[in-house]
Amino acid sequence: MNKLWLIIQREYLTRVKKKSFILVTLLTPLGFGLLMFVSGYLASNSMNSKKRIVVVDESKILNEEDLSNSQYDFDITTLPLNEIDTSYNQLGYDLLLNVPAINDLSSTTHNVDFYSKEKLSLVALQQIEGKMSKSLKAYKISKSDIDQETIDQLEINVTLDNAVTSDLDGDKSDKVSIGVASALSYLMGFLMYMVIFIYGSMVMRSVMEEKINRIVEVMISSVRPFQLMLGKITGVGLVAMTQLFIWIILLFGIMAVFSSTMTPDPSIAASGMGEAGEMIAEMGAQSDMTNLLRGIKSLNWLLIIPSFVMFFLGGYFIYSSLFAAVGSAMGDDLGEGQQLMMPILIPVIIAISLVFPVLNNPNGNLAVFGSMFPLFSPILMPARLPFDPPVWQVILSMIILFASVAFMIWFAGRIYRVGILMYGKKVSFKEIGRWLFVKN
Amino acid sequence: MAILSLQNVVKNYHNHTAVDNVSFEVPKGSVFGLLGPNGAGKTSLIRIITTITMADSGQVLLDGEPINFNHPSQIGYMPEERGLYKKMKVGEQLLYLAQLKGMPHKEAKQKLHAWMDKFDIVSWWDKKVEELSKGMQQKIQFIATVVHDPKLLILDEPFSGLDPINTNLIKDEIDQLNKGGTSIIFSTHRMEQVEEVCENIILINNGKKVLEGNVDQIKIDHKENLFKVEFDNSVLNIEDLNNFQVLQSKRDGIDVKLVDGMKPNDLLGSLIKSGAEIKSFNEVLPSINDIFISRVGESQE
Repeated sequence: MNKLWLIIQREYLTRVKKKSFILVTLLTPLGFGLLMFVSGYLASNSMNSKKRIVVVDESKILNEEDLSNSQYDFDITTLPLNEIDTSYNQLGYDLLLNVPAINDLSSTTHNVDFYSKEKLSLVALQQIEGKMSKSLKAYKISKSDIDQETIDQLEINVTLDNAVTSDLDGDKSDKVSIGVASALSYLMGFLMYMVIFIYGSMVMRSVMEEKINRIVEVMISSVRPFQLMLGKITGVGLVAMTQLFIWIILLFGIMAVFSSTMTPDPSIAASGMGEAGEMIAEMGAQSDMTNLLRGIKSLNWLLIIPSFVMFFLGGYFIYSSLFAAVGSAMGDDLGEGQQLMMPILIPVIIAISLVFPVLNNPNGNLAVFGSMFPLFSPILMPARLPFDPPVWQVILSMIILFASVAFMIWFAGRIYRVGILMYGKKVSFKEIGRWLFVKN
Repeated sequence: MAILSLQNVVKNYHNHTAVDNVSFEVPKGSVFGLLGPNGAGKTSLIRIITTITMADSGQVLLDGEPINFNHPSQIGYMPEERGLYKKMKVGEQLLYLAQLKGMPHKEAKQKLHAWMDKFDIVSWWDKKVEELSKGMQQKIQFIATVVHDPKLLILDEPFSGLDPINTNLIKDEIDQLNKGGTSIIFSTHRMEQVEEVCENIILINNGKKVLEGNVDQIKIDHKENLFKVEFDNSVLNIEDLNNFQVLQSKRDGIDVKLVDGMKPNDLLGSLIKSGAEIKSFNEVLPSINDIFISRVGESQE
């Protein structure tokens, strides 16, 4: 036990003390923050630059005030098209629109030509089209017998509200909170995928290094191969937890700084002020931010956070022990051992490709069975967690996962103890299968 | 009393027998040679003794006790293929390896400093292993092997890759340890080293024991009645020696093999009669190398 602890200590400390580890751990969230800052800055800048649009309106049906907003500045010109179509640029306009007269009120299509020096984005085109349609529709209504009020009354807007109440606080889940749940699902599923590959291959590389520079024979003349493997996996696991923990803290910190400097939205400040802040936010308009916060609050965090930690641990251990076994079987040549990676790659890729179907129906058969299979559950169950899966399923999946972890560590240990002493031979799966039954 | 005793040890791998019913004893406090050509099964045997693997059948006793996982702390093993963590600092690494052998941190640190002082390398404590030359790394490896005062020291090709100065340094240390009571097993295929340092040897080939015993006794057992006589050859009438089997006749003497129950005195008598001025008369014992080659050749047939 004491030796296992020594191994864990070494595996952890040598990694955490490395300059590259410290740099990556600190710079990744900073880089992320910088990216957010730059893209936010660029977006707000592009919004500030108004586009000036000049409109040739033959039939005099448009109104400058109705069309203009913070992004577009419309000017209706009295000049005919052939006088302005070459000079609109010199006059300081970005865009020239030619709206022909509407002769046939029953026609439902109307072509508006635009002249522009630069290509317009799809979004801009759609926005301008929308504005034109609205104005022209209003014109058509004014020419008909129906008044605008009647038209307005005919409008109806249906919102689908999920009536299922969550167990936590009785909040109704709505579209926003489902959106938040989906985003969180993706985030957790993808995070698990990253964790498995980043730290799993860290374990594999380290096993290979020990084998290649032959320290392993010195080591296992002092400790059991199983202790060495378990110590290594645990040590790297602690590295993973340290790194993710620091990342999460830093990301939250950066996001807090970012959101307070970039968007002085009262609702965000409110989120930091507890009950009182909540009331301020409630009083404010139903902005997107408050909806988002409500969505975040409506999630069953008491289930999600501890469960995610458990699936994180289970997923890490089940895959990293596989990585350790593969690393022990590999020779000096990484390329040669590529096919040995297949048994790891295939289940991970299947699991990550099942995330989307599972999200479509988070409590369907595929989701339930997929999240029970121990090689998939570390990715699929976290993806289901925001959708309030039945607790017994979460617990059953955890039990299956941890039983499989125990089996997998034993299984990997059988391969590892033989593999680390095998040199200069390309091994096949058949050979590895035989190792399982080799006596010590 | 034997520090190590192997009885009918067998180790099979998938398609070959690496150790085939081998028995031998290493007397306490002795220097013991484990000899054999490459692939003879030396490493397999050592791995069984160091508890890296287990024998399929047979018994291994260390100091009278069946070998178990508490024993690694009493054994020091330096494998032929040396290995250290390249990125680790020398001091940290030695401390780690010593603690894995069961030494408390403080004691390990003291002992390590004493050893490094002896080798005059205390200043390496904070250097990374990868900054050291190969010879320097060997010294570190040696310290790692012996720092926990093992009862039994197993050295696999300990001098390979060492320059003559360092070879002597390590040899002296091994000698010191042996005088202090440590039993030592040398595994090697370089026979001249064995003759110098080992009292007892075992020779294995293809997993089987070919030969075992005291080095001097083995030489006597394998002597071929060869004699080397030095004298002025120019006056000798070779026909006076017709009764003897002369292997080689040189300007300053001859090599003779005695057959048919002839005694050395018969040869001397004949030589004196022929008027030769004898300068020296020696029996030639076979080197371990010769015995090794002849026995290994034999066992392969």
